[in-house]
Amino acid sequence: MMTPMQDLAFAALSGIVIAAGCLIAFSRNLVYSAFALLGAFVGVAGYFVLLGADFVAVIQLLVYIGGIMVLYLFAVLMTSGIGDVTLTNRSIATKASAPLCIVLIILLGKLIYTTEWYVAAEPTEIAPTTAAIGNALLTEYLLPFELASVLLLGTLVGTVALARRGVKVIKKS
Amino acid sequence: MIQMQHFLMMSAVIFVLGIYTVVTRKNVLGILLGTELVLNAAALNIVIFGFYGNQTIESSIYALFVIVLAAAEAAVALAVGLTLYQNFKTIDTTETRELKG
Repeated sequence: MMTPMQDLAFAALSGIVIAAGCLIAFSRNLVYSAFALLGAFVGVAGYFVLLGADFVAVIQLLVYIGGIMVLYLFAVLMTSGIGDVTLTNRSIATKASAPLCIVLIILLGKLIYTTEWYVAAEPTEIAPTTAAIGNALLTEYLLPFELASVLLLGTLVGTVALARRGVKVIKKS
Repeated sequence: MIQMQHFLMMSAVIFVLGIYTVVTRKNVLGILLGTELVLNAAALNIVIFGFYGNQTIESSIYALFVIVLAAAEAAVALAVGLTLYQNFKTIDTTETRELKG
């Protein structure tokens, strides 16, 4: 059921994700890192499509790229002097953390490739999931759904309260 | 077909790159970029196990909640970062050590 086309797509997406991730992790300029986040998010959205989660892929594009990316770019470009490498993107402890991260990825790879994962006999065909997600969100997952909306309201109020602390309110006398 | 392990391996690569970013960056915004990578890797893992494992819709729902929480986290953290910048004129984590307001 996985065609050679999908293999090709997987390889291309892996290239995009690894390149973007390396740019985020190792770039000297934070603006490049913020823009490289776009590539990583697009790559992961492609993985979601390959894994039959079409609705999650679209939400990933809308929320991450349309919302979070723009938010980050605003924040990166609003804090001045961002182009200055020594000021904005000094890094610490690279000599100690790089070997540790390499060890971590080797351990994770060993774990992934030696564990006997439970795999269903035949992965299902890729089908639209939106209707089923909508049904589940309004029946079985109604409470977490409403809690998420309350959380977003709290986030909205808290963010505004934090960000406008420096703004002075002028009273009309 | 693509093995499940290949997807898991890519997810692990994204996760480790995110961890490396969080550990080595001094800039608050750089650290937040790393956390976004880590959260994305987690959501990807959930969807992988859902696709190859029990094949219900639940994996998509959990991934959606991860995305919602990541959005909320990003908004609050960036507001904190901007406030930090207003108070200290820098967002370097090694220089913003005072907690007194």
